[in-house]
Amino acid sequence: MLQGTHTPGVLRKVFGGTHRNLKRGSMSGKPKLTYFNGRGRMESIRWLLAAAGVEFEEDFLETREQYLKLIQDGHLLFDQVPLVEIDGMKMVQTKAILSYIAGKHNLYGKGLKERAFIDTYVEGTTDLMQMILTLPFSPPEAKKKNLPLIIEKAKNRYFPAYEKALKQHGQGFLVGNQLSWADVHLLEAILMVEEKEPTVLSEFPLLQGFKTRISNMPTIKKFLQPGSQRKPQPDDKYVATVMKILKEG
Amino acid sequence: MSGKVKLHYFNGRGRMETIRWLLAGAGVEFEEYFFETREELIKLQQSGVLLFQQVPLVEIDGMKMVQTRAILNYIAAKHNLYGKDLKERVLIDMYVEATMDLNDLIMRHPMQPPEGREKNLALIVDKATNRYFPAYEKVLKDHGQDYLVGNQFSRADVQVLETILMMEEMKPDILAKFPLLQGFKARISNIPTIKKFLQPGSQRKSKIEEKMVPQVMKIFYG
Repeated sequence: MLQGTHTPGVLRKVFGGTHRNLKRGSMSGKPKLTYFNGRGRMESIRWLLAAAGVEFEEDFLETREQYLKLIQDGHLLFDQVPLVEIDGMKMVQTKAILSYIAGKHNLYGKGLKERAFIDTYVEGTTDLMQMILTLPFSPPEAKKKNLPLIIEKAKNRYFPAYEKALKQHGQGFLVGNQLSWADVHLLEAILMVEEKEPTVLSEFPLLQGFKTRISNMPTIKKFLQPGSQRKPQPDDKYVATVMKILKEG
Repeated sequence: MSGKVKLHYFNGRGRMETIRWLLAGAGVEFEEYFFETREELIKLQQSGVLLFQQVPLVEIDGMKMVQTRAILNYIAAKHNLYGKDLKERVLIDMYVEATMDLNDLIMRHPMQPPEGREKNLALIVDKATNRYFPAYEKVLKDHGQDYLVGNQFSRADVQVLETILMMEEMKPDILAKFPLLQGFKARISNIPTIKKFLQPGSQRKSKIEEKMVPQVMKIFYG
């Protein structure tokens, strides 16, 4: 692996090692999250760290200048956030970050097959949550049209799959018999859809039980309380900030 | 009881192509079932075998796997193409996630209405040239090794090669400013399993012909 002395270029971008990078990095040793002050793609990472009982710091992007400086200083491998500085690395790409946290904190099952189940389940919840997270950024006519479609997909495609998975597996958790990334991600997705349609779980008794059970696990219960680092639903101000910073049409 | 790996998809690249590449790169033989009509896809959906009603579907090791990333992760880990520890794994994940972002743009390009196609092509070329390829070029420059991660062949090498070749189809001189990626491309293309896959008659699929796009859209969207 890498030794201490000279860590050139891109690996430095990822692994740190210069004075400048050390200065940016967390002094406390806690993971440091750089993102907008809202959910977006970082929210699943906040959930997973919280569920794993890992404390983290946050650096919020508020101006385009901040973002451009991050790029200029070489902190973003593909010029994108989320950025998570953890264990001496500057990680980007949401899935890569989540997989690392899951792997490190025993939330990725035991063995290849459990891992395969977890991966499959989180891909489904990712697709579902992705639809909701991009919604505020679509034009108003699209928003009105797409929300019912999302609820329909939740009720007819995704939630039936997870209800069936719980039924067939017959345990408190989706995979194996312990909490995994899949459970945390599914709870996050359930709550996100419920915010749009409160009765969405009405035909899914096992998911209702799952929701209660996972919500009551100590680390998750804590994250669900006011004052935690969980972010509220995006509002117009958040959308405007993101668009301004990324200057995306 | 391990039968052959079986792929269920339409007879084209789409989201299954990266899986074909990785299986081929790992030297794993596979069979393919192609559906040609919407009715066949619907039949598959009604059979209950598709967890989220979607393909790709890959039958492997007694599992009927769906979701491209889950399938790729499984194949990579099983065949020792996923690095040797968490830190190598996360580097690989970072690199392949980016290729999948770019692949997605490439895959959707033929579905653009004709008026938007030139602009879309420019956008894809811009992202490849200014965001993704510079990052990979720098990775190779900084460690000076033959492979992207951990000094050994991994899925990152396979997936980056796949993306390079698809970009070259869109713009033949796309690697003009990236000498190390040119060397990388030559090197990885010459690995026996990959070389075999790149030869005519392999299970590698061709770029979709424009006239086929409406037919394919019909299969998936009706």
